[in-house]
Amino acid sequence: MTKKKGFLDLISENRFIHILLSILLGFVVGAIFLAVMGLSVGAAYGRLINSVTSLKGFSYVVVYAVPYIVAGLSVAFSFKTGVFNIGAEGQFVVGSMAAVVTSIFGASLPKPLLIPLCFLAAMAAGAIWGVIVGVLKTKWGINEVLSMIMFNWIAFYLSNFIAGIPAIKNEGTAEATKNIADNASLLFSKDFIKSTGLAPTANWGFIAAIVATVLIWFIIEKTTLGYELKAVGSNKFAAEYGGISVNRSILTALAISGALAGLAGALQVMGMGKRISIFTSQEGFGFAGIVVALIGCSNPFGVLAAGMFYGALMYGGSKLNLEGVPTQLINVIVGTVVFFIAISVIFANLKRLKGRAAVKKSDAKEEKK
Amino acid sequence: MKKILAIALVLCMVFAMSATASAADTIKIGMVTDVGGVNDQSFNQFAWAGLQDLAKEDPTFEVNYLESKTDADYQTNINTFIDEDYDLIITVGYMLADATREAAIDNPDQKFAIVDDATNADLENVACLTFAQEQCSYLVGLIAGYMTQSKTVGYVQGMVSDTMNLFGVGYISGVLEACPDATVLQYNANSFIDTAGGNTAAKDMITKGADVIYHAAGGTGVGVMNACAEAEIWGIGVDADQAAVLNNDWIISSALKDTGAGCVAIAKDLKAGNFQGGEHHYSLADGAIDFATTGDHIPADVLEKVNAAKEAIIAGDLVVPTSTADCPTFTLG
Repeated sequence: MTKKKGFLDLISENRFIHILLSILLGFVVGAIFLAVMGLSVGAAYGRLINSVTSLKGFSYVVVYAVPYIVAGLSVAFSFKTGVFNIGAEGQFVVGSMAAVVTSIFGASLPKPLLIPLCFLAAMAAGAIWGVIVGVLKTKWGINEVLSMIMFNWIAFYLSNFIAGIPAIKNEGTAEATKNIADNASLLFSKDFIKSTGLAPTANWGFIAAIVATVLIWFIIEKTTLGYELKAVGSNKFAAEYGGISVNRSILTALAISGALAGLAGALQVMGMGKRISIFTSQEGFGFAGIVVALIGCSNPFGVLAAGMFYGALMYGGSKLNLEGVPTQLINVIVGTVVFFIAISVIFANLKRLKGRAAVKKSDAKEEKK
Repeated sequence: MKKILAIALVLCMVFAMSATASAADTIKIGMVTDVGGVNDQSFNQFAWAGLQDLAKEDPTFEVNYLESKTDADYQTNINTFIDEDYDLIITVGYMLADATREAAIDNPDQKFAIVDDATNADLENVACLTFAQEQCSYLVGLIAGYMTQSKTVGYVQGMVSDTMNLFGVGYISGVLEACPDATVLQYNANSFIDTAGGNTAAKDMITKGADVIYHAAGGTGVGVMNACAEAEIWGIGVDADQAAVLNNDWIISSALKDTGAGCVAIAKDLKAGNFQGGEHHYSLADGAIDFATTGDHIPADVLEKVNAAKEAIIAGDLVVPTSTADCPTFTLG
């Protein structure tokens, strides 16, 4: 029986088209909001596109995208392995603080030593933050989502506390940490930026993001470790039956996921951030990682692309005010995209229902005969 | 599939048709907020309101703002305005001091103004807009001192820094002037957003007998004002006319600090061609600083004394202390 492929088949079978369609719908809904508010759709989206397509604009997008990509990898990795790392936010915060503190106390170290040291400190801090939650889960069965949300706030206030310690606090009036040491900065040299016309915050962070993407892809797809973690993620009872230690896998997955979120924090603060302010609200890099992982279908390379998309929205969106458009438009677009991606379950179910109805019909016909 | 592609192409064309045109003789002023955003009911909001009024009144001014979501956005937002050839970039708050300094040094021809910061006063292209917050704090301190019956008043501060301490120094000097044997209960909340913490601190002060409480603590202070209304004692607001903004009838007065007045003054200077860097200090004399009388709760005799003090400060006959050394009762610094 050859059936012509319908629309539902197309989007439920091809994740890529489904994602693209969701993004398109996001922009359509954004346009509807603009039209209702009486604002020019062309001006708003034109500004969005113009501001990210120049060389300078594109370099800004890359700078913005780096922490989102790596935080996205963190969440994507956890999705693959069956835990939901909603704690990336807190791991990001402790990671960035670890990088800042390391750079302040190691300011005299040479660049090739200090930068890896800051990365290591950030990854260790993020991993520890993840593993604590993992231990709570594996030892006492405490739901990781609840404890992670609480750990996000513990990280938030811990960071504010550390930022207020006299040895760490900014010498000026700012309620923030000192700037990271020059030797820990990933920024391109000022002369290079001036001669090329790149963004003033252009930095080496994107190399780390690409390396992390490839590495995570390799771990998930090509190693025994990745196989075990994925097996636990798919069905932990089957995995256990197959001789895999579920608890150890969960801890490993959370450690790697946490280390990635910590690295994202380090990249943000050693790249464009320079310092950590005393937070008045959560900055949301870790939560953005969840969105990026969703848009990227938890595939490392998908996350790379999704992170770039998210970075472009964030950078381009910051300029919308210049057209008299509220920046919240970006939230509308992102929210709609996530919504349409998340309802893929409904598409799949619709298809199944349709299939069932078709089978019933043909059964009925058979019976009549 | 073809249909989707066609729709996508059409949309792309629509996006591409954006037009940006601006007349040559307009003066473009861009404002960068701190992470509080443009609706913070504090310095960002007043600065923006002032600029909007200016643009309405004088169409040669074109004003715009960019909001910063994180600490890392300051530099990006400042650079957006530089790339768009804005004539003056106003950064709001001392958190933007470092980013402003860096941009001002990298772009010596670009003019900047920064609200509530004096550390950039050495740069020729940065006008530092500072406000005599000790003056309005002194006036509301007088009100507190005259109103208290228990001879105990409270004070909640958002953070300890030279700028913030001016509020406390002015307030306590005012209280002690009006009521020399008053006790001033002081609390540093170390936060501008901890409404619950402000509420607890105020309740604690009330149980210790405070019957007037002043705050200089942003969102934390909202909790302080709520506690005052609950206990039916007088609260004193800050920055905005909080009796009106919070719709709270137990707020007897507010120490007003209109950052917009400073921004408008510097914009007018720019238009007249005499923009100058360095520190620009705004005080009672130019109306940027004042105290609120909304609700008419201040008794006539008190109001008369406070107005007399205000006149004396403007005339220069009365100088409010500006250093913690001149106000030993202030214990937070």
